[in-house]
Amino acid sequence: MSDSTVPRMPLGEWVETGVDWVTETFRPLFGFVKDVLSGAYDVLSELLLAPPFWVVTALLAVIALVAKGWKLALVTVAGFTLVASVDQWDNAMKTLALVILASLIALAIAVPLGIWSARSDTVSTVVKPVLDFMQTMPAFVYLIPTVVIFLTGVVPGIVATVIFALAPGVRFTELGIRQVDAEVVEAGQAFGATPGRILRQVQLPLAMPTIMAGVNQVIMLALSMVVISGMVGADGLGRDVVAALSSVDVGKGFEAGISVVILAIFLDRVTAGLSARTPVAKSLATGLV
Amino acid sequence: MTRAAIDRKVANKSVMTSPTADPVTDAELVPPPEAAAATVGEAPVALRVENVSKVFGRRPAEALRRLEAGASRDEVKPYGTAAVIDASLEIRAGEIFVVMGLSGSGKSTLIRMLNGLWSPSAGRVLIGDDDLSAVDAKELRALRRARLSMVFQHFALLPHRTVLDNAAYPLEIQGMRKKERRAKAAEALAMVGLDGWETSLPSQLSGGMRQRVGLARALAADTDILLMDEAFSALDPLIRREMQEQLLDLQRRLGKTIVFITHDLNEAMYLGDRIAVMRDGRIAQVGTAEQILSDPANDYVAQFVADVDRSRVLTASSVMVRPAAVVPASGGPRQASRTMREAQVSAAYVVDRQRVLRGVVHDVDAVAALRDGKSTIASAIREGVTAVRTTTLLADVFAPAAEDALPVPVTDEDGRLVGVVPRVTLLAAMAPVDKTMGDGDE
Repeated sequence: MSDSTVPRMPLGEWVETGVDWVTETFRPLFGFVKDVLSGAYDVLSELLLAPPFWVVTALLAVIALVAKGWKLALVTVAGFTLVASVDQWDNAMKTLALVILASLIALAIAVPLGIWSARSDTVSTVVKPVLDFMQTMPAFVYLIPTVVIFLTGVVPGIVATVIFALAPGVRFTELGIRQVDAEVVEAGQAFGATPGRILRQVQLPLAMPTIMAGVNQVIMLALSMVVISGMVGADGLGRDVVAALSSVDVGKGFEAGISVVILAIFLDRVTAGLSARTPVAKSLATGLV
Repeated sequence: MTRAAIDRKVANKSVMTSPTADPVTDAELVPPPEAAAATVGEAPVALRVENVSKVFGRRPAEALRRLEAGASRDEVKPYGTAAVIDASLEIRAGEIFVVMGLSGSGKSTLIRMLNGLWSPSAGRVLIGDDDLSAVDAKELRALRRARLSMVFQHFALLPHRTVLDNAAYPLEIQGMRKKERRAKAAEALAMVGLDGWETSLPSQLSGGMRQRVGLARALAADTDILLMDEAFSALDPLIRREMQEQLLDLQRRLGKTIVFITHDLNEAMYLGDRIAVMRDGRIAQVGTAEQILSDPANDYVAQFVADVDRSRVLTASSVMVRPAAVVPASGGPRQASRTMREAQVSAAYVVDRQRVLRGVVHDVDAVAALRDGKSTIASAIREGVTAVRTTTLLADVFAPAAEDALPVPVTDEDGRLVGVVPRVTLLAAMAPVDKTMGDGDE
């Protein structure tokens, strides 16, 4: 089979036309989204940057202490002091703001979608291939249409991050709810509970350890994507990484990179700690003693 | 009647030796065994299942049509899985109704249609007068809250809630205030012997204790109908027996309508006032344990019950026969010896005017009394003969049967002689009914 036998299909052109059409048609909507997202980002990054670094570090250490324990609190203090000492504090806080914002939006979409998929096989069969598509598409590709729509800056980074990080949130939520012991759900039904009550009092609490694992995944994916979106001019550590790459500056690259790693460790351990503290996870842990 | 059946199982192991007199006269000497064995009275129907079928799969309507036309479960496989086929039951208030069958027989599907967890593909289920298929989702929930509770095989407790809050959960759903529902739940926990464990989490309890929480939860809901789905199947045999005894004990006090699903025949026989045997989605037979044992409807049921310990299910009344010779205590020795001679036996049972068993007279003693010119056999009566009650399990008839060569006399609750159990009958009853050459209905 040679190239000449298959006619060239202009798939790329079609997609381009589609994106153009969407951009034109929904321009007011996108403008509104852009304003909201950049406004939210400004507020959040201001909040993190306004206090001196040691206040924020202390606060993060307290979160680590509550979520996990004193060891993680110590690591947090040491890690963020290192970040500040290599002059990456501002970038790290901007990245943290982006991660928090993008993760919150992703979860706000993913958890309800996951619940819906768990309750309806039809929704599940529609959502699954879409998620597969979203997860396998190279992360950079998301940046292209978002740049077309939102131009450069923080907003295309957030939107691309939300799309990229959405999938595990949906999957884990659906999995968690579907894994809940059918008998326990039946027990709720048998005693006359409404579907809403069963969701709140049975399915979500029992699915919570799995959902929290999904939250963890969403946050980690968001962090990786936020760095990539430095390429389109998003603030934070990503921009320094990209700059270091283009000027082949190993030292700067490492400093920005190690800051990303420290953020990642903090976010991962804190969310993992929180998922171990859900009532169900705790009650199961007591059973093993 | 159900109460009597429970008494038979739990309390009554007594062997009557000194019957008391009763003013009632003219009781028929030997009632037919069925009359004594019948356990289900005319209590109102609490739950009615009318021609219910359930087909899972892609084309349930087509499968149903073919089943109605007489197709077998395997033949309709391409259209769907027929879990329950044309089941009809009447479950009476206050009875323990056991649905027994092997896995895949459709019993779990059946019980889930009783509270509308699954809706029948055909037929209908009535709780009292309420048709489950005619109510909407909201009414169905209200009906479940008010009328039905359920105990699950794997307990189905909420792991993140304490024992007390688990037991209070149905009341929470009913909208009861926290203080009130906790008090009621604590009562229910005390009933099942779990007082002191209120603040524990389910994961801290053993399997048997967890199921007690499941039972307490169902009792706290305080519904007339209790559905139990393989409730004791996940427990160790010893714990299981303990739970069965506790259930019967609770039932004696509470008088609920209980539908109990099990695959364990001995459990079914032990608990059930009546038993429905299910096979391949159909109900093969409904009856008391004794009826199913002594008169299985088909080969399948006969084979199924072949391994049951009959001596712990059958009662004296189900195997007793008419005594060969009975003489009145006031009669003379001449009459007594003639009766024995005609019956070709060497001893006769002596009863008074109320048919109350007084003892036994042997032919040699009667002849001696005649020779001595006695006018009555009073002096010849040997008292202290060991009698059993109609409700005595056959397991407890062996000892009296071994004591004496005479058939064991069977008396009713007033001490009146109603029949005897000869040793040969006792032994024959232990063997499974041979139904292999006869009325198989397949």
